[in-house]
Amino acid sequence: MAKPTHSPLRTGLVHLALVAYTLISLFPVVLTIINSFKTKNAIFREPMALPGPSSFSMIGYETVLKQGDFLGYFQNSFIVTLVSIVLVLLFGAMAAFSLSEYRFRGNTMLGLYLAIGIMIPIRLGTVAILQGMVAAGLVNTLTALILVYTAQGLPLAIFILSEFMRTVSDDLKNAGRIDGLSEYAIFFRLVLPLVRPAMATVAVFTMIPIWNDLWFPLILAPGEATKTVTLGSQMFIGQFVTNWNAVLAALSLAIFPVLILYVIFSRQLIRGITAGAVK
Amino acid sequence: MSDTSSPHDAIGTARRPIRWHIAVFLMPAFVIYSAIMILPLIETLRLSLYNTVDGQSIFVGLSNFKTLFGDERWAASFWNALRNNLVFFVIHMLVQNPIGVALAAMLSLPRLRFVTFYRTAIFMPTLLSFVIVGFIWKLILSPLWGVAPWMLDLVGLKSLFGPWLGQPGSALIAVSLISVWQYVGIPMILIYAALLNIPDEVIEAAECDGITGWSQFWKIKLPLILPAIGIISILTFVGNFNAFDLVYTVQGALAGPDGSTDILGTLLYRTFFGFQLQLGDRSMGATIATVMFLIILAGVSFYLFAIQRRMRRYQF
Repeated sequence: MAKPTHSPLRTGLVHLALVAYTLISLFPVVLTIINSFKTKNAIFREPMALPGPSSFSMIGYETVLKQGDFLGYFQNSFIVTLVSIVLVLLFGAMAAFSLSEYRFRGNTMLGLYLAIGIMIPIRLGTVAILQGMVAAGLVNTLTALILVYTAQGLPLAIFILSEFMRTVSDDLKNAGRIDGLSEYAIFFRLVLPLVRPAMATVAVFTMIPIWNDLWFPLILAPGEATKTVTLGSQMFIGQFVTNWNAVLAALSLAIFPVLILYVIFSRQLIRGITAGAVK
Repeated sequence: MSDTSSPHDAIGTARRPIRWHIAVFLMPAFVIYSAIMILPLIETLRLSLYNTVDGQSIFVGLSNFKTLFGDERWAASFWNALRNNLVFFVIHMLVQNPIGVALAAMLSLPRLRFVTFYRTAIFMPTLLSFVIVGFIWKLILSPLWGVAPWMLDLVGLKSLFGPWLGQPGSALIAVSLISVWQYVGIPMILIYAALLNIPDEVIEAAECDGITGWSQFWKIKLPLILPAIGIISILTFVGNFNAFDLVYTVQGALAGPDGSTDILGTLLYRTFFGFQLQLGDRSMGATIATVMFLIILAGVSFYLFAIQRRMRRYQF
């Protein structure tokens, strides 16, 4: 390829700009994490220094683990996120399969109907959702959150998955039919394994807003037993505003799982966006 | 669309046996989606036409909306929230999206090294919850801790520092910029994807014609990524007019100081659930949610019918 060589000066400037912005995006997080391991004096005297032998302290984490039921919050968040993802993937894939595989009257209309939720946020229905949950006796249960998040995740999941299911070869499915497989077997044994990469993408997209949501836990499940990590740290920090060690430790505890997940899934996530989102 | 659509689906194929599996595949998603998302949305729109008088819910037509726009106290807080929300949106469009495009343009330069690292790092804040982001920035901007003044001192601008989150004049801008910091990864990654989709031949042809560097970006690449910029704009619009969490975390439900960061989401929360001395009001909550719905619907329709259709798409 006969591309003009870029001048080293220009490349240098580009790197400079990118490094500068990288620092801006990482700095607040790094600052929080390093200070969560320091004594109170060190936090205020030298906020930028790494924790050293004289300034290292776990007092913040001790307070957090003693005062707040963070293990319980984590458990709630895990249950809600995991069950919602499983339901979104299973029901979403089933609906996407039937929309992309079968011709029936109302197919397009149904597809459009299921796509409304991509643009209109579920939050606007909160008034009636709360009423419904009260009527069903589901307030302050994890079930309420799981139902809401499943409904919230389905539209995008169906949209993305049906795009991918259209690419599964018809010959394969017809061969299965000739061999006497039922439609259910074709879906679960032939098609699902083939769209696994798309499922992973959908899982990551579904997971982030659920894990981070504050609105629905605050409204539907604010009780101590059903608090999620996001709500739990919000309330904990609200109570301990002046205890900087505890606040920084609580923040770091809330960051770690997201960081770990991101390190594991970042490749999947970025590839998913670059492959499907802009067409 | 009603609940009867699934048996209806099979009618068209009367010659064949009824294909129950279609209904089985569709039913769970359809039921959950309709019951938790669509029906509550419709019910909320309906509730905005009712009000509670003497403990009974009665139909009042548009009088809730009359109260919202006509009553002095309601109208003042509504227009305040709407204005703030507009400012919030405009700051996102003017700061977040150009920065996102610029970052993407740099990342997509051929043969640039460490791209994966930059991309991963810049996208990271997007994954954090508002609670984390809000509190971190509250701490950093706090005059108590002194991290922000210290950093401004590094570039010789220490005198500019002020308690930005606490002053009515600057609080909204500060909160918006925090949100920009968090979300700049989304325009960056979507534009980056769009730029990577431009075929090499197009770029090579441009280079043969001597179009390189800046003019290549403006004349060749930018027109090709306009659809992606359109998608980002509408995503930003929907996200901003639905925002709540960040303001709630940073400034509390009252969206202080003095309501200067109050946006529609926080107004809805306070109206529906009540806060401190204010009692929760279901009908007015539904009314505000309805107005938000109409605003978002108007924005999305404008995008779908006025912008997306006219946009030129290039196929390779």
